[in-house]
Amino acid sequence: MDIFLQLLVSGFAVGGVYALIALGFVLIYKATSIINFATGEFMMIGAYFFYSFMVYLGLPAIPAFIGVMACAALLGFMVERLVLRHMLGQPTISIVMVTIGLSSILMGIAEMIWGSEFRSFPAIVPRAPIIIGEIVVRSNLFYGFVLAVLVVIIFALLFKYAKVGIAMRATAADQSASFSMGINVKAMFTLSWGFGAVAATLGGIIIGNIGGVHPALGHIGLKIFPVVILGGLDSIGGAVLAGFIMGIIENLAGGYLDPYFHGGVKDVAPFVVLVLILLVKPYGLFGKQEIERL
Amino acid sequence: MRTGDFKDSYLADEAVFKTPTVRFWMGILFAALLIFPFLAGNYWLYMANLVGVAIVAAVGLNILTGFAGQISLGHAAFVGIGAYTAAILTTRLGVPFLLCLPLSGLSAAIFGLIVGGPSMRMKGLYLCIATLAAQVIFEFIFVHWESMTGGIRGINLPTPSVLGFSLDNEFKFYFVTLAVVVICVTAARNIFRSRVGRAFIAIRDRDISAELMGISLLRYKMYAFGISSFMAGVAGCLWVNFLRTVTPEHFPLMESIRYLAMIIVGGLGSVLGAIFGAIFMTLMPEILKNTLGLLVDAFPQAMGYLFPLQQVVFGLLIVMFLVFEPHGLAEMWRRLKDYFRLWPFEY
Amino acid sequence: MSLLAVRDLSLSFGGLQVLSDVSFEVVPGEVFAIIGPNGAGKTSILNSISGFYHPDQGQIFFEDRDITRLAAHRRAALGIGRTFQNIALYRGMSALDNIKLGAHSHLKTGLLASLCYWGPAHREEMALRRKVEEEIIDFLEIEAIRKLPVGSLAYGLQKRVELGRALAMRPKILLMDEPVTGMNAEETEDMARFILDINEERNMTIVLIEHDMKVIMDISDRVLVLNFGQTLAEGKPEDVQQHPEVIKAYLGEKKARNGHIPSVAR
Repeated sequence: MDIFLQLLVSGFAVGGVYALIALGFVLIYKATSIINFATGEFMMIGAYFFYSFMVYLGLPAIPAFIGVMACAALLGFMVERLVLRHMLGQPTISIVMVTIGLSSILMGIAEMIWGSEFRSFPAIVPRAPIIIGEIVVRSNLFYGFVLAVLVVIIFALLFKYAKVGIAMRATAADQSASFSMGINVKAMFTLSWGFGAVAATLGGIIIGNIGGVHPALGHIGLKIFPVVILGGLDSIGGAVLAGFIMGIIENLAGGYLDPYFHGGVKDVAPFVVLVLILLVKPYGLFGKQEIERL
Repeated sequence: MRTGDFKDSYLADEAVFKTPTVRFWMGILFAALLIFPFLAGNYWLYMANLVGVAIVAAVGLNILTGFAGQISLGHAAFVGIGAYTAAILTTRLGVPFLLCLPLSGLSAAIFGLIVGGPSMRMKGLYLCIATLAAQVIFEFIFVHWESMTGGIRGINLPTPSVLGFSLDNEFKFYFVTLAVVVICVTAARNIFRSRVGRAFIAIRDRDISAELMGISLLRYKMYAFGISSFMAGVAGCLWVNFLRTVTPEHFPLMESIRYLAMIIVGGLGSVLGAIFGAIFMTLMPEILKNTLGLLVDAFPQAMGYLFPLQQVVFGLLIVMFLVFEPHGLAEMWRRLKDYFRLWPFEY
Repeated sequence: MSLLAVRDLSLSFGGLQVLSDVSFEVVPGEVFAIIGPNGAGKTSILNSISGFYHPDQGQIFFEDRDITRLAAHRRAALGIGRTFQNIALYRGMSALDNIKLGAHSHLKTGLLASLCYWGPAHREEMALRRKVEEEIIDFLEIEAIRKLPVGSLAYGLQKRVELGRALAMRPKILLMDEPVTGMNAEETEDMARFILDINEERNMTIVLIEHDMKVIMDISDRVLVLNFGQTLAEGKPEDVQQHPEVIKAYLGEKKARNGHIPSVAR
């Protein structure tokens, strides 16, 4: 029972981070109908930038943090402006393939600049593990979870109440209607990418803090796909909920099944879940079937 | 120089190689392909075989992604399934090489349809994500199902033989590869002369109205995916018999991306494009390796950059071609031919 | 004796009632027009008949057979042809290939046959080519452009190719969604003449959505007027034109009292 609860709680904590990254992903999808395959690489770049700011530039945690957020937003803006603008009018699959290409470029550049060894951040949170009853949660994981949830809540409030958030939701729901309402649709696209990049980068920093930074960190980003399919590709609430669920599932699966398979179950379990969901409830928990016009 | 050509029967108009000039050049090409192995050194024969494998896989992927418009991120996994199937059939059941080819294809097709099938009821992007799942899941299986796949050590194969001839060097193997390539390319080209091929293109361009024209989206997507995976499996069988060994590290996600790069660079929706792209993306890593090799004297660490450099170059090629030349090398070739057709006149 | 019968059709999308209790019948050989302001639900009726939309209530009968639950891709084989408001041609193919695609549900070539091509697939393709050229391409006068990619054709020609594709479906009934919208006077006349020829020479039943009142008055046998998803009036064109409710819907109260409908709407 102890092991179960332990796995449950750490899974829940990691799930919070997944929820954050999934939120950014769904945001981009809802606003621009683009599936961003470079999500994992945004995460990885964010972690590397943070590492560089702290270690090479010697900045303390908070300024480094802000610096990375700014860079992430910039990266998102640049991707949208320089690459995706040129693809307007092309079929969606072409644009998705561009993000695939982008992910490859970012992965290669990261390894060329920073090499392929693991790097760890200097300690940015207290080292003492958090103890809840009989359950131990590593401090990096705990604080990462707290931060992730905080940001998710801020995003949620922003979307619901701030003018910018409402404009983004409108653009996501209906581009031409928003256009005629005077919303600068192009700016909304760019903003969505900016937000999405920030969410991914934040997630990358948190994950990098937990497990170290290395070029394959992006592969963890691939797990976002099972998360958003579970939640429903176009549902922000679904993405958040599914993040938590997936974190728990993968942790439980890994904890109980690893001995039979000699490890690695944690990374493959979400994808097995994905295949099952496509079989049973393809639009996920909260996704809606799109109404198309003919 | 030809200006116009007139056909006086529908039969002549529907032919693949329409004019005597084209048929002539095709003949020359075929003769060149047959003479090549006698003139080439071992290195080029080795590359030629690898290129042949890549062509089979790329043509298959192009049918699914270029013609039917469904992205697959798991193509390398299906090549792997074909390779492992062939390895297991050969080492455990003694199945002869030629029989392994279609069996590996079938195996890859079946596994592909199992994993990808459920997503075909929905919009294409779901298949993309499902193939990503297939890629991750099969990579896991290759490594962890040790009793079948030999785990990290993999499987070693005996020398394959065809009708009593032992294929123990690149020269002999080349002819088998060539035959398989010709068959696959012909089959692919044939699809698009019939209603099946038209249905694929319709699904890519406007799947809703395709449905109202009587095309069952589910059935034709399955056909496209099935053929694509079948060809990947055949490519895998060829590959594993050529190298005589298979390990899980040969089928990572990056390899699936390399196959996508092949058809994007070559030209989506064009069988010739798949061929160009396969050649290009198989030779590209060699070019990079040699380029870095030149720098080794000045920068001893240069070779360490080979892998990430490949990643950057693959990605750049994908992005550049999609943004600037979406119809790929095939389109550039077509423009070149048009230019010379009318040369020295402008139009 | 009706070829197509729609009974009490109701359709809603997430709270928006698109169609309410729409009923009508189409008799073989007639040209049946559906008119109404934008957003009245005209295209939704065609989409329901095609099987793209699934009505909440009501039934659709084709040749006395209930097709309400029939899968969309099976309806083409029954003989329900269709053209679209926003041209839905396949840009990756030539005009000829687009038209050949219309015949899809009447061909038999399967996957294996297509891979080998020579043999049954080839024979089928040759027969198809002959049929398409002689019956459709000649008729629509598009020989010159048939090999060109459809994306490069002028708007009016694209509409004609789309009509050709619908004809290749060997339809018993042809559903046309705004076939002359966006055309100039000459193109409109050509298209109207084609539609009439198809109707008279091939005895084709036609269901037509249009805004161009002149075309409606000239070629339709009966007209259905739709507004906010509900039937406003149904009958002969001249009668419908004078119907007070119809005039009110198009022109508003004031002009209605003067009693006329514009003869060329767009």
